[in-house]
Amino acid sequence: MVATPSTPPTRPRSRGRVASGIGEGGRAYWLYLLPGGLLFLGVIVVPFFMNLGLSLAKWPGIGELTWIGFDNYTELFADDAFWASFRNSVAMIVAMVIAPTVIGLILAAVLFDVIGKRFGGRSASALRAMYYLPQIIPVAVAGIVWGWILRPDNGALNGLLDAVGLDGLAQNWLGDPDTAMPTVMAIMVWVQIGYPVVIFMAALQRVDPELYEAAEIDGAGWFRRFRAITLPQIRPETFVVTLTCTIAALKVFGPIFVLTRGGPGNATNVPSYFAYQNFFEKARVGYGAAIATVLTLIIIVLSIVFIRAQAASERKDRG
Amino acid sequence: MTTLESTSTAAGPPAEPSPATGRRRDRHHRGAVRWIVLAVLVAGAVVMLFPFGVIVLNAFKSPADYSTAGPLSLPTEIYTTGMVDFWNRVNFGQKLWNSFFIAGSVAVLGVLISLFNAYALGIGRVRGRLSIVVLFLMANMLPQETLIYPLYYISKEIGLYDTQLAVIIIFTVIQSAFGTYLLASVFGTFPKEVLEAAALDGASKWQTLWRVVFPISRPTLSVLLIFFFIWTWNEFFIPLIFLISNDNQTVPVALGVLEGDRLMDATTTSAAALLGVVPAIVFFLIFQRTLARGITAGAVK
Repeated sequence: MVATPSTPPTRPRSRGRVASGIGEGGRAYWLYLLPGGLLFLGVIVVPFFMNLGLSLAKWPGIGELTWIGFDNYTELFADDAFWASFRNSVAMIVAMVIAPTVIGLILAAVLFDVIGKRFGGRSASALRAMYYLPQIIPVAVAGIVWGWILRPDNGALNGLLDAVGLDGLAQNWLGDPDTAMPTVMAIMVWVQIGYPVVIFMAALQRVDPELYEAAEIDGAGWFRRFRAITLPQIRPETFVVTLTCTIAALKVFGPIFVLTRGGPGNATNVPSYFAYQNFFEKARVGYGAAIATVLTLIIIVLSIVFIRAQAASERKDRG
Repeated sequence: MTTLESTSTAAGPPAEPSPATGRRRDRHHRGAVRWIVLAVLVAGAVVMLFPFGVIVLNAFKSPADYSTAGPLSLPTEIYTTGMVDFWNRVNFGQKLWNSFFIAGSVAVLGVLISLFNAYALGIGRVRGRLSIVVLFLMANMLPQETLIYPLYYISKEIGLYDTQLAVIIIFTVIQSAFGTYLLASVFGTFPKEVLEAAALDGASKWQTLWRVVFPISRPTLSVLLIFFFIWTWNEFFIPLIFLISNDNQTVPVALGVLEGDRLMDATTTSAAALLGVVPAIVFFLIFQRTLARGITAGAVK
C-alpha cells in the first residue's frame, strides 16, 4: 500500500490484501483510459451515430440535408441492386468461409497426419508456407495479380488454355456476367485458404496423440479418427475461423474494387462496394449510410448467434 | 481413403506385441498412398504459387517479347526498363516510404494506446471493464463503411482530409481496439506477486507500467506491433478514400487504382504487381522469427 498513499481504497473490504489494493484506486487507473477513450469516441462512436443519423436523411454531401425518416430503408428493400449485393455476399461466404474451412480442414489433417509423420515436419511446414503465401500479400495486390492473369486478350490463363489446346475454354473471365462471380469466388478461395490451414495445423498440435493411438489400437481408420477425434477436438478453432472469415466475407471490398468494380452490371457488386458507390460516386450519402447500417446490423446479429452457438456447444461438451 | 482405412486397421490387431512393429508394417502398406497424397498436395501448392510464378516470369520481359511469345514463355532477355519506368512514373520509392511511415506510426501508437487501455482494464480492473472490453471488440467487427462518410466529412471540416495524419489516427484507433481486447485478457492473468513487490518497493503506477508490466509483456507487445504494421500496410479502403493526392498514397492504393483503371500494358502491370508482392514477402520473412518467438513466449507464460 506504500505505493498509493494518495489514493485510499474506496472499498474497505479489500483493504486486507495488498494484491487487491493494487486493483483499487480506480480513479488513477482511469487516467490511462483517457487518451484511448477520447480517440475511440472521436473515431468510432461519434462517426457511428452520425452515420446512423445520415441513414435517415437525404443529402448529396454538400448543401442542404433533408430528414426523410425511414424512406432510405423502404427504398433499399425494394431495390434490386441491394438484394443482388447481398446475394453476392452469400456467394462470398461460400468462397471465403465454407470452401476454405472444409478444404483447410482436410489439408491441415493430411499435412499433419501424412506429410508431417511420414515425410517429416519440414516438408509439412514448407507446404504450409506455400498455401499461406497469398494471405501475406495486400489483398489489393492480389487483385492486381489476378486481374492481370485473367486479361481476356493476352492474359496468362487464356494463354495457358491456348497452349494446352483448350482455347475453346478461353474467355473474358471477369467481363462476362456469367463467369465474373465464379471467377471472383475462385480467387477468394485462393486468397483465403492459407488462414484455416495454419490455424488448424496449430490446433492439431494441441490434440493429445494418445487419443489417436487409442483409436488406432481399437481399429479405427483414418477417416473415423478424423471424424471422431479431430473434428470435435478442434471445434474451438473452427468457430474462430468461421466467425472471422464470415465477417471478412461480409466486409469484402478491395478485391471487388480492383477486379471488377462490382460489374459487369451488378454481377459482382457487394454491400460494401454498393455503399461506396452511393457515398462517393452517386452522391447519395443517406442511401449509402442506410446500406452500411444494414450491413453492420447483419454482422452484429451473426456474431451474437455464432458466439451463443459456441457457448452452447461448450456447455454440451462439459455437461 | 479406403486403402488408408483398411491398412491402418490391419496395422493394429491385438496380436501385434509392440507398436513399433505395427508402425513399420504400416509404413510398407502405406507406401504408395503417402506418395499419392504428397503428389496431390504438391500439385495444390503449384496451383497456389502459379500466380506468383507468372508475375516473376513476365516482370522482366519486354513488351515486344510478350506480344510475340505470350505470357508463359521464358523471357529472351532480362528486361528491366518496364519496371524502372513504372517505378519512376508512380514515384514508387515515395509510395514505399508513405506505406512504411503510416504502418510504422500506427504500429507504435496502436501498441502504446493498447498498453494504456489494457493497463487500466486488465491490471487496474477499473469498474465496468467487461462492458468496455466488449465495446472495443464490437468496434473491431464494425464494417469501415459505417464510419467512412462521417470520418471523411469530419476530416474535411478540420483540415485533415488527404493527410497521412488522418489515416494514422484512424488506424491507431481501429488497431488498438483489437489490441486492447487481446492485452486486457493477457493482463487479467498477470502475476499478482510481481505487482505486489513493485507496490511494496514504492513504485508509482506509471513506474510499475514501464518497469514491470512493459518488460514482462514485451513478447506479446512485439507480436501486436508486427500484426498492426502488416495489417495497416495491407489496408486499402480507408487509404483509398483519404489519400487522394499522389504524394500521399500507399503502395496498395497506388497499385489498386492503376489496375482498377486498366491503364497499364501487360508487362508493366506484371512488374507493378511484383513490386507490390516483394515488400510483403520481405516483412513475412523478417517477422516470421519474431512471431514464432512471441507465440512460444506467450505459451510458456
